[in-house]
Formats: sequence, C-alpha cells, structure tokens
Amino acid sequence: MAINTDKNGYTVIFASIMVVVVGAILASFASGLRPRIDENERFAKQQNILYAMGVNENTEDSGVNFIPTNAVEAEFSKYIKEQYVLDNNGEVKPKEEAYLLDVKKQIAAMKSGKDAELPFFIGEKDGKKSYILPMYGKGLWDAIWGFVSLDENMVIQGVYFDHKGETAGLGANIKLRYFMDDFNGEYVMDGNQFKGVTVAKGNNDPLNENKQDYEVDALAGATITGNGVSAMIKESLSLYKPYLQTVINN
Amino acid sequence: MAILSKKDTNLILDPLADNNPITIQVLGICSALAITAELQASVVMAISVIFVMGVGNVVISLLRNVIPSKIRIIVQLVVVATLVIMVDQVLKAFAYELSKTLGAFIGLIITNCIIMGRFEAFALGNGPWRSFLDGIGNALGYGVILIMVGFFRELLGSGTLFGMPVLGDPIAKTGLYAIGYENNGFMIIPPAALIVVGIIIWVQRSRNKALIEEA
Repeated sequence: MAINTDKNGYTVIFASIMVVVVGAILASFASGLRPRIDENERFAKQQNILYAMGVNENTEDSGVNFIPTNAVEAEFSKYIKEQYVLDNNGEVKPKEEAYLLDVKKQIAAMKSGKDAELPFFIGEKDGKKSYILPMYGKGLWDAIWGFVSLDENMVIQGVYFDHKGETAGLGANIKLRYFMDDFNGEYVMDGNQFKGVTVAKGNNDPLNENKQDYEVDALAGATITGNGVSAMIKESLSLYKPYLQTVINN
Repeated sequence: MAILSKKDTNLILDPLADNNPITIQVLGICSALAITAELQASVVMAISVIFVMGVGNVVISLLRNVIPSKIRIIVQLVVVATLVIMVDQVLKAFAYELSKTLGAFIGLIITNCIIMGRFEAFALGNGPWRSFLDGIGNALGYGVILIMVGFFRELLGSGTLFGMPVLGDPIAKTGLYAIGYENNGFMIIPPAALIVVGIIIWVQRSRNKALIEEA
C-alpha cells in the first residue's frame, strides 16, 4: 500500500516524528560522549600549559609535539606546583584546578569590573620557576588564545597560541613552532615599564636575534591576526600587572 | 561474478572523471575554495564528506518512499546536519587532535551543495545500495579535486606539503630559495583555488572534447 505523502496531516506527523527521533539521537550522543569530550579538553589544556613552560616533546627540527595524552596528567602535577587566581582587588588566592576556569569569561568580567578570578600558575622546571599566564583575544575571524610563561625577570620562557578559525596557511600559522619559538627570550618589561611583545612587520630581524626589541617578525599575509596576537599579549598581561609587580619587586 | 556490476562500477567511476561534481557539474566550489590552502585540510575534508555522503545517501534512499515531498529539502538538511554533528562529537571524543585541526570545516560539510544535490537527484529515486555507491563515487570525485587543488596551493603558496617543508627554508634561504625562488602568497588566498580549479577543468576538457558544452 502506497502512503499518500502529499497530505498535510502526514507531513506534520512525519516532521514531528523526525524531530523527536533526531533530537533523541543527538541528545544521547551529546550526553554519552560528554565525559570523554570534557576529559579531552582538560588534557589539551594541560598540554598547552606545559608546552608554554617548555615541557614538550619537541626535537630540534620537529613541529609542535605535546606531552602525550596518556602521560600529561602526571607531568602536569609534576611541573605545575601552584595554581592561583587573581581577583579584582589585585589579591592573589590559591585555587585548586584553577586552570579549568574559563579565561574568556574571567577576562570579560575583570574588564567590566565584575567579580573575576583570573587564573595563573607557577611551574618549576630544572629548579627554575616560571609564571604561566593565560591569554585571550581576537584574531581576524574569531577568537585566539594561548599561554605565556615568564621568568622572574619578565623574560618569556615559552608561549603557546591557538585559534578558532584563522585563515589556513596565513593567520593559522600562529600555532606553528617557528612563530611561537620567536617569542622565547623576549623581554616584556623595559625597567618598570610594561612593553609586551609586538608582532611587527618590517622589524628587519627575521631570525629574531635581538631579544630586547619587544618585537617578533610578523607572518606574511596575516597582518590582522598578528595585530591580534600583539593586542592579546598586551591586554591579557596588563590585567596581571598587580601580581607581576610583586614578582619583580621580590 | 564481479562484486559490482558494470552499471554499479560506473556509479563510482563516473564522478571521478567525466561527471565530476566539481569540474563538470561545478558544485561544491565553496568548500573547494575555502579549505584547500593546505593539503591536510583537503584530505580530512574529503574523508569526512565520503562518510557523510555514503551514509546520508543510504538514509535518504531508505526513507525515499515515506518522505513527504513538500518538506523533502528540510528532511535532507536535517539528515546532513545530524550526521555532521555526530561526526563532530565522535571526533571530539575519540580523535580530539584531529577535531581541533578540522574545527570550522566540519560545519562546512552541511553547506556542501554536492551532498544535497545527490540526495535530491539520486537517493530519492534509487535503492540504498546504488545510492551508497553513488554517494561514495561523488564524494571521491570531490575529494580528488580537493586534494589536487590543496597539493598545488600548499606547494606553491607555502613550499610545504602536509606542513613539511619540501622546497627548503624561505627564511634561512636554503634549497630552492637559495637561487631566488619565492613562495607565491597569492596561492594561499581563495581566488587562487578558482584558478587552479579552472586549470584542471581546462586540462580535462582539452583531453575529452565530448565534455565541452555547445555555446
């Protein structure tokens, strides 16, 4: 028996059943996989933080190689000694699992003067302390974010950048090693003055030999993304100024 | 007895060359422009589309006698969107690294007009097995072009393939760069994909005159 699929009643019934079935499938997928996805996101965050402080599996000529997922939890607790949050009054409080805070929300809250908790971490590698700060900003198309690791002289020990949707082959290259490596050793403070690091076109230093010029060489064809990275470093780090000042003074 | 009859084989092979969705039907151009700056993205997109088209065509074909014709486009859209979200979630749960590199591309599959085109033109009027072959064939035809375009754009635009330098180091001036070769930044931006696709169409039609439409 052929069904008359042209009737309005049939169309409505079909649509209703379709919505319920599809909704059920998607909901069960989403809730069934949620724990795994959350765990993956947590591991990825740990990998990124460790990467910024120089704990990674890079070799001389390799690309970006994180600590493998199955080992990252142990490495994270080994290298990240302390986790803190900085509130609106410039007060620092220890907080467990601070790295899981949503940096985007906290930075937005901080800027608008609402109650905020900006996370940061103190890591220790080979007896050397590093202060790891999350960053969040915008590139050409969408969000960019990352972590920067500073030593007590405000010299960059390492960075990690990531992006949501920068142009493949251009802005997306901020997460490639040759770009991130350029930041290592750059100063972010000139005496007591906060300078940040600017992604600069035409700084005539493509091999990045001058580490005290507060500049790294830009990516060709990715001006806006590069400007976004400069702005992100400046804005994010300046939020942490009250804390960084105490680090410098010690 | 062959596994596939001759007619069935053609379902797979035709879209690879003489009835290619991109170069002959000029469908799916949008994603061909957007994601082919790098070879890796092209390959991943091709694989994802093969999955979504294969499964989607079967689902639509199974439902072909019960889908109300008034809302068939909506039903097709729902099927594609559901499959794409499922792929996205599964990748996030089991291949997180890969899902990060894919990012926005996964969502782009929904807008791929080849998929809707095959649902509408083929799966609604054919059985599941033939629809499956048709889906795989068209996705392969799409993927082949995507990978060809990605190969040339990444090689000429960045001097790399799958992110590995193959022409030397443009900053330290080694390899080809030592003798004055420069990367062509134009290849990275989307219009270059149009030109590469155009050249592929040109080569294909000059080899097979039957493909040239009468003016």
